[in-house]
Amino acid sequence: MSRAPLKIQIQKVTKTFARDARSAPAVVDFDLDVAERELLCILGPSGCGKSTLLNIVAGFIQPTSGTVLVDGRPVTGPGAERGVVFQEYVLFPWLTVAGNVEFGPLLQGVAAEERRRTAARYLELVGLAPHAHKFPVQLSGGMKQRVAIARALANNPAIILMDEPFGALDAQTREVLQDELSRIQRVEHKTILFITHSIREAVYLADRVVVMTSAPGRIKRVFDIELPEVRDRFTREFTEYESEITRMVKEEVAKVHE
Amino acid sequence: MGTFISGVPDLMEWGLRGPALSSRRASTLRFVAVAGFLVLWSMASGIVVVMKLFNPIFLPGPWVVIGKVVEMGVKGQLWAHVGATMERVAVGFTTGAVLALLLGIVAGHVRVVRNVVEPIIELLRPIPPLAVLPLFIVWIGIGETSKVGFITYATFFPMFLTTVHAVRQIDPLLVRAAQSLGAGSLQVFRLIILPAALPEILTGVRLGVALSFFVIVISEFIGAEHGLGYLINDGRNFFLVPQMLGAAIVLGLLGYTGNALVRLLERRLLRWQSPS
Repeated sequence: MSRAPLKIQIQKVTKTFARDARSAPAVVDFDLDVAERELLCILGPSGCGKSTLLNIVAGFIQPTSGTVLVDGRPVTGPGAERGVVFQEYVLFPWLTVAGNVEFGPLLQGVAAEERRRTAARYLELVGLAPHAHKFPVQLSGGMKQRVAIARALANNPAIILMDEPFGALDAQTREVLQDELSRIQRVEHKTILFITHSIREAVYLADRVVVMTSAPGRIKRVFDIELPEVRDRFTREFTEYESEITRMVKEEVAKVHE
Repeated sequence: MGTFISGVPDLMEWGLRGPALSSRRASTLRFVAVAGFLVLWSMASGIVVVMKLFNPIFLPGPWVVIGKVVEMGVKGQLWAHVGATMERVAVGFTTGAVLALLLGIVAGHVRVVRNVVEPIIELLRPIPPLAVLPLFIVWIGIGETSKVGFITYATFFPMFLTTVHAVRQIDPLLVRAAQSLGAGSLQVFRLIILPAALPEILTGVRLGVALSFFVIVISEFIGAEHGLGYLINDGRNFFLVPQMLGAAIVLGLLGYTGNALVRLLERRLLRWQSPS
């Protein structure tokens, strides 16, 4: 996996929020490479700066120092080649489900007929074709997040950044959507940077799991998850990864409380 | 009293009724309320006549007032007054709305503009619009311009402020979502800021419509020869109480219709908020 070309290079990224000069940095000297077509999970205790990191890669905020390269070019702002899926879904409430999914192609000036085809295809992929004409207020949380994923995919970005996308969903819906994402990734082969605080979720989805230290965020350890593409949450290998990572995360959480 | 005051935003939204009842029950209650009010009014004016409490011309019954309105309508003189008032409201309000929305959207979106405009607005806003009406008359005379201009002035502030707020309270994540789909700043403005701000902007517009009917009456008290405000003031000079009450009722109906029209517009444009 690590032999594939590098898609995202995070180089010596430090971020200090300027609330006051003495405030502790959120992220310090963070280095990480994400290979093309890799699904990489960043796992860490809350407040470890993992969302900050994602926002920097997305181009929403600028690092205090260091750079992020995508395909070797520095990131200066948000861009269509880096799709984002937010924890809060952030659908455009005044557009229908189809309108939301068509939004990216619309910006690119794609003709209406082709936009409709693209939207239909991705709504099919996430199982929401029958709901194309509904408005976001009419959808459950799980459905909203499916729309958000379809919206990101329909824009055909090389990279998808996911910021605890399933964090607001109930346990059952969460697992269903993990299954779907895993299935979609086997078709779409995006480079995915996935932020989560669920160890199970990380082991289920990731090619690699990066465990972060508590604030300021640094890499504590990187796990290569050598499990088959289609995973079973109840195999011995799966639970071994789970318990090993759990131990490591517990150490970090304990530090916060010391 | 405290709950009444804190309930004022709800009053704006629902009137005195509170959240909706079933539509049949609501319309029955509405009918009973109006009928009951007319009965009480009739009784009150009847008691005045029977008990000789005071000169009954001060409190004519509802039928007398309605009769007067119908009479003025049939004879035709009513329409000139309604037309004059409506024209002033239409021109004054539209001008106020266009200025407030344009400036408000820009000020909400561009910090520099906001910082320049805000102190001026904050200085003028607490002055009750009625306090500057005499100034308008001194500056531009008692003709149409001062009346129309006065409505524009009075309706500008609430609509401007709600528009600025509407643009500023937009969830920044909506902008980020659009940017990460490739939207440039003009696209963000047109496809995100405007639709996201629309609900609150329309609330401001509704406020502006109500306010225009509020202030037109007073400007028609001064130096007008037509208009429903003129009718009221003219009635006062000659103790024509049915004419005064009649004109007030017509004004109420016009205001009610204006409000209903904006509500209709809201339902059309904001169907996404409560789609069926």
